[in-house]
Amino acid sequence: MRTVFEKDKMNALADNLAAMDTVKGRSLWTDARKRYAANRAAMVSTYVLLAVVLFSIFGGYFAQFSNEEIDWAILGSVPEKGQPSIASGHYFGADELGRDLYARVIQGSQVSLMVGFIGAFVAVSFGTIYGAVSGYIGGRVDSVMMRLVDILNAIPFFFVLILLLVVFGRNILMIFIGVGLVSWLGIARVVRGQTLSLKNKEFIEAARATGVPTFTIIWRHIIPNLMGVVIVYGSLLVPDMILAESVISFLGLGVQEPQTSWGVLISEGTGTMQYGTIWQIGFPLFFFTTVLFCFFYIGDGLRDALDPKDR
Amino acid sequence: MSATILQVRDLSVTFDVSPRGAMPWTKPLKLKAVDKVSFNLNKGETLGIVGESGCGKSTLARAVIRMLPASGGSVTWMGQPIFDLSQRNMTALRRDVQMIFQDPLASLDPRMTIGQIVAEPLLTHMPKMSRSERDAEVRAVLDRVGILPSMINRYPHEFSGGQCQRIGIARALITKPDLIVCDEPVSALDVSIQAQVINLLMELQSEIGLSLIFIAHDLSVVKHISDRVMVLYLGNMVELAESKSLYSNAKHPYTKALIASVPVPDPTFAKPEIDALLAGDLPSPINPPSGCVFRTRCSKATELCAREKPVAQSIGSDHSVACHHIED
Repeated sequence: MRTVFEKDKMNALADNLAAMDTVKGRSLWTDARKRYAANRAAMVSTYVLLAVVLFSIFGGYFAQFSNEEIDWAILGSVPEKGQPSIASGHYFGADELGRDLYARVIQGSQVSLMVGFIGAFVAVSFGTIYGAVSGYIGGRVDSVMMRLVDILNAIPFFFVLILLLVVFGRNILMIFIGVGLVSWLGIARVVRGQTLSLKNKEFIEAARATGVPTFTIIWRHIIPNLMGVVIVYGSLLVPDMILAESVISFLGLGVQEPQTSWGVLISEGTGTMQYGTIWQIGFPLFFFTTVLFCFFYIGDGLRDALDPKDR
Repeated sequence: MSATILQVRDLSVTFDVSPRGAMPWTKPLKLKAVDKVSFNLNKGETLGIVGESGCGKSTLARAVIRMLPASGGSVTWMGQPIFDLSQRNMTALRRDVQMIFQDPLASLDPRMTIGQIVAEPLLTHMPKMSRSERDAEVRAVLDRVGILPSMINRYPHEFSGGQCQRIGIARALITKPDLIVCDEPVSALDVSIQAQVINLLMELQSEIGLSLIFIAHDLSVVKHISDRVMVLYLGNMVELAESKSLYSNAKHPYTKALIASVPVPDPTFAKPEIDALLAGDLPSPINPPSGCVFRTRCSKATELCAREKPVAQSIGSDHSVACHHIED
């Protein structure tokens, strides 16, 4: 009978191991990506969302009309002649003023998605840094920083936003500022809580013991370990932003003509619904709800993927 | 005897504990975690610190390297009183004093590769070092602690507990420190792995003349690695002696009880006769007993013990005991 281990083979293996090139590690991110890819609802949502984003970027090249152009041929008889049709070139129909709804929806999607992404990005970045600093430094600094959050949280947000829009005029920048003022508060709080539990971990103490400066610790150790929470929160903040912008636009205080957004389009659509132009509310509403659904499923999937313990 | 590198004199650490239902103006209760502990540490020496859970071992070690604020006493590192050092000089000193932790996995950042983790002290103290030099150093030190350098891009969760502890040791070693504070480095490991880690530490010590402060509650481990051993009870030093004489000739009743409590693996060996094993629990450090802190559990306690706190007295070379009844 032969020996179980062939000596030559084992030696060769040992040599191989020793001479092996650097092995690539499997990071927690790789694991999370795998789990996410296995989540069907989240993957479908990701593709749908991606399709909507691509549509809002490239869809304009297929439009037969620009978003400002008024189709005089159908003006005045929109309910009869402005229906969605391939033949007329108005794929999504026409709006009340005879403008091409397809072009308008693309324009609105761009604005709404931009508000969502940029707004959430700014809020999440600021809130994360604020919360991490507050939680890590602790003590009096923490008290002061968190009381400021409490105070801002206590201010009725819509009231202030409407006031801002009335006083400084309606423009998209004002919406960014107004929504941005409050949206980072939630994430700052969540991040602070996470930081409090992180900062007593031994690897943070190890970094302190080697003399790593405070802000480097926050940047190098605290924030990367917070990323899970932050990403999940961020993905849920995007639809919040889109919703907030839509509500304001729906109230007539948001984006101004000739600019448009999903909120504005839905608002216009509801106004003319009774004349039978159901497509004027249908198309913007379809994009709006689809994207919101996608974001919620993506957020859910991200949470499952990033902290598998909490499932 | 070689040069003393670390002198600790009357080091005390007090924590504020707020009492239940306290008004803002009620004074917080004081918890004396470490009470006037003094010792010296020589170059290349290992000082073991033993004691029950909650007796202040880790607090003492952290206060010595200024990871926790001390409330009194002084620590002198190579002639410098470290509590007076500026933040900047303190950072410079951290290069020479490193630390190893109890939980091997928790002491490594899960988002970083072990290469990045081990390189961090270099990045902090020698930021000008080129990337390739740093890489070479990291590989060398990993090789020294027995981790294949090709694993440099792996993450902590891909290693076993013993390997993680060796990575922790590599991180502590990379700046070529003079002192490593080991906070129960082996209590989370299997016995077979404990031996690996301890032997590694001892090899390194003889190679580069490292000093160690070694905290543990496992007396046999401490006996194996330490030159001298300090026994703590409720934040007070009760006995400090050379490792051999402590185990063969313990004077303090608490030390005797501790040594007697070590299980003997072979039943044919007779267990040494001991006055009594300890009964009861550690008293609360918020409200410690008067006089000798050990008197509530001591079989020899007299009225004198309740009245006066015993001071550490030297009996013979390098052996000091804090007890009123040494002669008995």
